[in-house]
Amino acid sequence: MAKRIDVSGLNAYYGSFLAIEDISMTVEPRSVTAFIGPSGCGKSTFLRTLNRMHEVTPGGRVDGKVMLDDENLYGAGIDPVAVRREVGMVFQRPNPFPTMSVYDNVAAGLRLNGKYKKSQLDDIVEKSLKGANLWNEVKDRLNKPGSGLSGGQQQRLCIARAIAVEPNVLLMDEPCSALDPISTLAIEDLIGELKEQFTIVIVTHNMQQAARVSDRTAFFNLAAVGQPGKLIEIDDTERIFSNPSVQATEDYISGRFG
Amino acid sequence: MSNATLSAKRSSLRGATLPKWFPWAVAAGSLALGYGISAAAGLDSDIQWALIAAVLFVVGSYAVSAKIEGSRQAKDRTATSLVWVAFLLAVTPLASLLWETVERGVKVLDVFFLTHSMGVVADAEPGGGIYHAMLGTLEQVGLAALISVPVGVLTAIYLVEYGRGRLAKAVTFFVDVMTGIPSIVAGLFILSLWVLILKMGPSGFAGSLALSILMIPVVVRSTEEMLKLVPNELREASLALGVPKWRTILKVVLPTSIGGIITGVMLAIARITGETAPVLLLVWGTDFINANPFQDPQESLPMYIYLQFGAGSDASHDRAWAAALTLIAFIMILNLVARGIARWKAPKTGR
Ligand SMILES: Nc1ncnc2c1ncn2[C@@H]1O[C@H](COP(=O)(O)OP(=O)(O)OP(=O)(O)O)[C@@H](O)[C@H]1O
Ligand SMILES: [Mg+2]
Repeated sequence: MAKRIDVSGLNAYYGSFLAIEDISMTVEPRSVTAFIGPSGCGKSTFLRTLNRMHEVTPGGRVDGKVMLDDENLYGAGIDPVAVRREVGMVFQRPNPFPTMSVYDNVAAGLRLNGKYKKSQLDDIVEKSLKGANLWNEVKDRLNKPGSGLSGGQQQRLCIARAIAVEPNVLLMDEPCSALDPISTLAIEDLIGELKEQFTIVIVTHNMQQAARVSDRTAFFNLAAVGQPGKLIEIDDTERIFSNPSVQATEDYISGRFG
Repeated sequence: MSNATLSAKRSSLRGATLPKWFPWAVAAGSLALGYGISAAAGLDSDIQWALIAAVLFVVGSYAVSAKIEGSRQAKDRTATSLVWVAFLLAVTPLASLLWETVERGVKVLDVFFLTHSMGVVADAEPGGGIYHAMLGTLEQVGLAALISVPVGVLTAIYLVEYGRGRLAKAVTFFVDVMTGIPSIVAGLFILSLWVLILKMGPSGFAGSLALSILMIPVVVRSTEEMLKLVPNELREASLALGVPKWRTILKVVLPTSIGGIITGVMLAIARITGETAPVLLLVWGTDFINANPFQDPQESLPMYIYLQFGAGSDASHDRAWAAALTLIAFIMILNLVARGIARWKAPKTGR
C-alpha cells in the first residue's frame, strides 16, 4: 500500500510569487519523513504540492515532477481528485465537518465518493477509529456531532477520516500544534503505528517531535523574506540531529539562528 | 497593613454609584415634565411631548450622573439612554402599526372571510372575502420562488465557488443593479416582453416573472454571504479526501450553510409578497376565484387591499384592513418558519 515519492526540480508559485524553488527529494515508503524549517520557508506549500492541493489556492501553480512510485502526479491527464484519494492529508487545525456526526465524519470520504453498504461502512469506521486511537473514547457517541469532541479528539477524528479512505501516503501539516502534550503523545504513538502501512510526511516546529517520530528529516530554509524557500538537506534523522552536513541546519536545530 | 491596602484599593475601584432604579425614575420624571410642559405651552401633538420627554431624559440622566458618578459613567449612561430612545423611536411606529391593523382588521376576519371571494358582493356591501386573493398570492409567490431560488442559489454558488475574473465581476455588477430596480420597472419590463412582444394575456405567471426579477438579486446576495461564511478549511478537508469539487459543494458547503440560505430565501419571499405594482400591471385583478395562474387575471392580497381601500365604503375599508392583517400574519409566519429551519439546520456543536 505504501508508495515511494520522488520529487525532482519542483517550483511552486502563488500568482507570480515563487514560494519554493527547485526541490528534489525522495520519501521512502513505510517511513516517517519530517519537514523542519523556519516559518514561511514553504513547508506547507511543498506538502500541499504532494497531493495537488496547492492548486486549490487561487493563483497556485506548480512545475516540476512528483513521482508516486512510477506515476507523475503532474503528468498529462492525471486527475487531481484521484491523486488526493491516494495521498491523504491532515491539517494543522482540526476541521471535522460541523454538520456531521462522529460516524459520518469518518465515513465522509467513502460516502462522498460512492456507495457502500451499511455493514461495510460500520467495519471501516470502527477500524479507522481504532487506528486513530479514538475508538474507546467515542464508541458510545458515534451519532453525536463531531465538533463536540475536544481539540485533540477532533484531530484524531480527522486522522481517522483521512485513513478511512486507505490512502498510500499520509501528509500531516503540524498535526499537534494545537494540542496538549498528552494528545500530542497519542498522535505521535499513532504515527509510529501508521507507518507500518502508510508513507508519512509530517511538518513540525517541534525538534523533539521530529527526532522522536521520524526516520528521515528534511530541513528547509529561505535566504530572506520574499525569497523562495529551498531544501537545504535531507538525511537520516539521527544524522541531522547529531552531525548535519550543512552549518545552517546545525544552527537551526541548536537554536542559533537568525 | 495588607488590610489597609485592600480597603484603599477597594475605594479606588468603587466610585459612587446611582441605584438601579435611577434610570426609571428619570424616565418617569421626564415623561411627567414633558407632558406638563406641552400642556402648558398648548402643544397638542403626541409626538411633541414625547420628543420633549426624550430630550429631558437624555439630558437629565447625563447631568445627574455627571454630578454624582463622574463623567465616564455619565457618558456611559448617555450612550445607554440614546440607545433606548432610538429603540423606542423605532419600535413605536411598528407597534402602533400592528395595533392599528389588528384592531381594525379583526372586525371582519373570520373563516367566512378567508374562504369566500368577492364574486357576488358589490364593493359597497358588507360580506365577501379574500379567498381568491390569498390563492393568487400563494400561487404567484410560489411560482416566483420556484424560478428565483434555483437561479439565485446557483448564481451565488458560481460567484463564490467558481467565479474568477471578468465574468464573475460582470455577474456581481448586474446583481447589484438588479437589487436597485424599482418594482414598477420590473413590471413594465415583463409587460413589454410578455404582453406586448410575446402577445400573452395577463396572468399570475406574468406577475411571477416580474416578482422573480425582484427576488433573484436578494436570493443571490444572501446566499453569497452565507456561502462565504463557510470556512475554507472545510472545503479543503473535503477536497483532500479525494471528493470532487461539485460533491464537496453539494455535501459539505451547502449543508453547512443551508440554514442561512433558507432564511435568506424566506426573507426574499416576504419581501415580494407585499409587492403591488407588478401585479397591477400584469395580473390585473379579479373579484372571482381563478386557480389557474397561467391564464386570465388573478387577484393578490396587496392588490385586494389597494382596490378595497380605493372603493371607499366602510365595508370595503374593513375588508382592506382584514386583508392587511392576513398579509402581515402570512409574512410573520414565514419569518418564524425561517427561524425555525435555521435553528434546526444550524451546525450542531453540543455533545
Ligand atoms: N495563499 C497564499 N497566497 C500567497 N502567498 C502565500 C500563500 N500561502 C503562503 N504564501 C507564502 O508562501 C511562503 C511559504 O508559506 P508556507 O505557508 O508554505 O510556509 P510554512 O513553511 O508552512 O510556514 P509555517 O511554518 O509558519 O507554517 C510564504 O512566504 C507565504 O507568505
Ligand atoms: Mg505551514
